[in-house]
Order: sequence, then structure tokens, then C-alpha cells
Amino acid sequence: MSSATLTASASNAARRGNAWGRRLLIGGAWLVFVLFLLLPLLIVVSQALQKGFAPFFAAIVEPDALAALRLTLLAVGISVPLNLVFGVAAAWCVSKYEFRGKSILVTLIDLPFSVSPVIAGLVYVLLFGAQGFFGPWLREHDIQIIFAVPGIVLATLFVTVPFVARELIPLMQEQGTTEEEAARLLGANGWQMFWHITLPNIKWGLIYGVVLCTARAMGEFGAVSVVSGHIRGYTNTLPLHVEILHNEYNHIAAFSVASLLLLMALFILLLKQWSESRINRLKASAGEE
Amino acid sequence: MSIRFFALAALAGALVAGPASAAQTLLNVSYDPTRELYVEFNQAFARHWQAQGNEAVAIQQSHGGSGKQARSVIDGLRADVVTLALAGDIDELHRIGKLIPENWQERLPDASTPYTSSIVFLVRKGNPKGIEDWDDLIEPGVEVITPNPKTSGGARWNLLAAWAYAEKKYGGEAQARDFVEKLYRNVPVLDTGARGSTITFVNNKIGDVLLAWENEAFLALKEEGGDALEIVAPSLSILAEPPVTVVDANVDRKGTRKVAEAYLEYLYSDEGQRLAAKHFYRPRNPEIAKEFSEQFSDIELVTIDGYFNGWKEAQPRFFNDGGIFDQIYQAH
Repeated sequence: MSSATLTASASNAARRGNAWGRRLLIGGAWLVFVLFLLLPLLIVVSQALQKGFAPFFAAIVEPDALAALRLTLLAVGISVPLNLVFGVAAAWCVSKYEFRGKSILVTLIDLPFSVSPVIAGLVYVLLFGAQGFFGPWLREHDIQIIFAVPGIVLATLFVTVPFVARELIPLMQEQGTTEEEAARLLGANGWQMFWHITLPNIKWGLIYGVVLCTARAMGEFGAVSVVSGHIRGYTNTLPLHVEILHNEYNHIAAFSVASLLLLMALFILLLKQWSESRINRLKASAGEE
Repeated sequence: MSIRFFALAALAGALVAGPASAAQTLLNVSYDPTRELYVEFNQAFARHWQAQGNEAVAIQQSHGGSGKQARSVIDGLRADVVTLALAGDIDELHRIGKLIPENWQERLPDASTPYTSSIVFLVRKGNPKGIEDWDDLIEPGVEVITPNPKTSGGARWNLLAAWAYAEKKYGGEAQARDFVEKLYRNVPVLDTGARGSTITFVNNKIGDVLLAWENEAFLALKEEGGDALEIVAPSLSILAEPPVTVVDANVDRKGTRKVAEAYLEYLYSDEGQRLAAKHFYRPRNPEIAKEFSEQFSDIELVTIDGYFNGWKEAQPRFFNDGGIFDQIYQAH
């Protein structure tokens, strides 16, 4: 197709070829989607409901499962707001100021994307474990970090750090500093400027980042698994609980809890879709002006 | 809306987090196949303990590959008692963690091992590959499932059982090494724990034969029904001794020594022994063992102390970095 002879027949052939290619590509995309995404999801739900709704609900309201749900929500409830604050601060720094080491900071924010979660977990064990760097001190003061709730929150925090910042940095860089400068000239203090100018500008991007961050925090397995200690009803998050149930040959319960996780993810996905559409609308209206 | 949702989530989490009950709690850190045993034993002990006029006790469980679990306790998982797959893992609690005295194994009867097991073969129904003894495992085209000896206690018993068989039959260390090397050449996946391997074999239907704890094999048979799997007892195996101990450093901190010791002693009671047998462990008490004699086949069993001079010698020789397992596994 690379030859540049643009006779009518060739372009027709190309168009025909394109149509075929398009169909093939779309068909392929659908095939992959159905085979690798939809089918497994359907299997999860169908396995969970294999024996009807009663065992499904029994598995979810079982005390250990509820404890796992609580722990997951707690980890999300702590790590997401912290990442929100950190993400906004980091994005602000990077997009509004020039300073030495800026590119290093931006690279470091991405670190959790590239580091395997298992390593993240192990790092915390090496830092806060009994044999670790802070181990003796923590033991002396009777503070338990790993194999307890704080470790799980820390691990979740680590793997979710980039989401908010990554979402905001390009957005804020694109917007530049002119509006803030104008506000400054009109006498706004820093807080007013942030509240009335910056925040409304980044609102939808922020929500989008938070949504992604939440989804990741809910589903995190590797890092949390390393620091959990796997104590039933105490340090098990929902994903870990699914694994334990599966290992106990308790397939219906495992898939029921997995379905719960799935429902939470779908809800998050809806939020994502909604915030995304708001960003697009914002961009479109900005384009019209 | 989304902000409100997170605020709610945080609130809900904060409200209900933390250990719910004020009663004394014990943490039993155990290995993979004991889950079902301890679920039932914990209830029995809690009843017994309260019937003795003590404060209620809630027992938490944690399960995983034995070596990994020992590592977690050394790293600060606050186990009151550990009930692991082999003495070698518990020795590490003394050696690295200084959490227990060196003579921990002398504190309870039978070298602190209230129940035993052995290593058997689990094959698919009808035994399509005709696996009868260890020799059949090194045939080309036979896929053997066993976990990683670095992280799993059961896997170490598996390797030693194969070694003892080969050394006895073929007469020397070189032959045994060759035999075990051929065996591991037939292993397509090494899971981290015994339960992981069982799931690989039983649910994911990978492999022709699973080297398994006898109790784990019985449990798989019970869970999956007898129409998919069967157990093959080899001509020679190893007496697998999973010992138990109180973790002194932790119970003394938490003030749980009394209940932790009573918990382990109760494993030796008639009820404890019957529960062990019910979950397919061989009870130590000869009377109770007789009650369940039909359940367990007679296999010639070598012991870790008698044949390998104990874990203190076997662990570095076979499983530490550069040991026999590393040598044969790198070779293939």
C-alpha cells in the first residue's frame, strides 16, 4: 500500500481494504473484550450465584467478610483524602513554580507505577518490621505498624500516590498561571485564590483522579498481602479475603465476596465516566470561547 | 457527591475499625493445611477454657506457607503461639528473632509435636499414569506438583521423603541427588505453599500427581468428592512432624502466657487428639490412634531425627542458599 500511485481503482481498493480492516479491528477488539473482560466477570457472578442468593448474602454478611469490607473502606477512607491533599500540593508545586529538582520530583511521583507492589510491601517490612530499621524503637514504644492496620494503610497509600497528582499536573500546566496572577493583582490572598480560581478550574480532573485512586486502593493486593499477616477478621482486606476463601475450597463465598468487590468497582467506574464527561464538556466549552 | 461518599466511607471505617471484642485474644500463626483443624479446635478450646472458669478467649488465625509465616513472626507479626510445618522454621524464631529459647522443643511431650502426618501421592481418578511409587514420578512425561521448599514446609518434607526413598533403594547420596533432580525436572509449577499446590492440582487441573501432606490429600478428597481423585500411598515415606510452641517474647508482652500454654496443652487432650484425627492428622496418643486406625494406611516411615539427624542438619544441607535444592534446581 505504500506505493503512491493514486489511480481511482487503487483508492477504491484501499477504501475497500480499509472497510475490511476496520471491521476486522472492531471485531477483534470486541472479541478480546468479551473473551478476556466480560466472560471472566460473568463467571465471577455466575459462580457466586450458583446456589442462589441465600449463600451469596450469607458469604457477604459473615463477620470476617464484613471485617474485611470495613478494613478496605478504612484503607480507602484514609489513603484517598491524604493522596488528594498530596496530589493537589504536588501538582501545584510542579505547575505553578519553577525550582531545581522539579523533574526529579515529577519522576519520583511516578515511582509507585513502576515499582512492583510486592517490593513496596517488603520495603515497609524492612523499615518497620521487628528486624527492620525502626523495629527496635517501635517495639520499645509498643507501636505495631506492619501486620496491623497502619501497615495496610501505608501500603495502600504508597501504591496510590501517583493517581491524583498525575491527573492534575498536565491539566494545571495547560491552564497556566494567568488567572491566578489576575486574582493576585485584584487583591486576593493565597487561600482565596486557591478556593475561587484554582479549585474550580481543576475540579473535574481532581474528581477523576480521586476516583481512579479509590479504585486502585480498593483492589490493591500485592503490597497489602506482604504487610497484612493474614489474620482473619483483623488484617484481611477484601481482596485478601477472596484469596483465603478460595484457598479454603469455599468457592461460592470467594466469588460472592469477589462480586461485592466487582460491584464497588463498577460503581467507581460510573463515577469515573461521569467525571470524565464533565471534563470533556468543560474542554469543549473552553474551545468555543 | 464523591467527596461526600469518601467522607462517609472514612467515617464508617473509623467508627467500626479495631478489634471488636474486649476479651483476651490469642493469635495462632500456622501453616496452610491446618485451617480447618484450627477453626474447630479453637472453638473447642474456647469452650473448655471458659468451662474452667476463665475469662472468654477469642482466637485469631493466620495461615500461609510455613517458612513465610515464620518470617512474618520474626518480622513482628505478634503470634502468641506458632503451629508450623516443621521444627526448622520454628528454630529460626530463636536463631534470627530471639523470640523463643533454644530448647523450645523440649517443653511439650513428643518433641512438641501433638500430631503427625506423612507425605502421600494424590492422583486423578483411575490413576491414568499408573503411579504406584516414587520411581513412577521421575518417568518422562509425568507432571509432578509440589510447592517451593524455600517457602513451604510440606515441600521440604516432600523432598526429604523422595531423598530417603532413593538413597535407601539405590544406595548412595549421588544416586539420591540424581533421583531428586529428575523428580524436580518434572515439576511445572512451584507454588509458595501446600494449599496453593493443592489448588493448582485439584482446581486448575495441572499435573498428574500431587505430593501432599496426607491430611491435605484427605481433605482435598473430601472437598472434591471421591470421584475425581484418589490417594496412592508410596512404599516409603517420611514421618512429618509439625511442632508447636508458645512465642515467649510475645506472650510475655501481652500477658497471655497462661492461656497460650493451656491452648497448646489442650492439643494433647483426648478432645484435641480426636479433632486432629478428624482432620486427618495422625494423633500421638496411641489409644486415640487406635480408634482411627482404619483411616491411615501403614507406610514405612523414616523420621527427620533418625534419618537426617534433625532439622538443624537437614535445613542447611538441603534448603539454605547453595544447598542441595539450589544445586539441583539450578541445574535444570
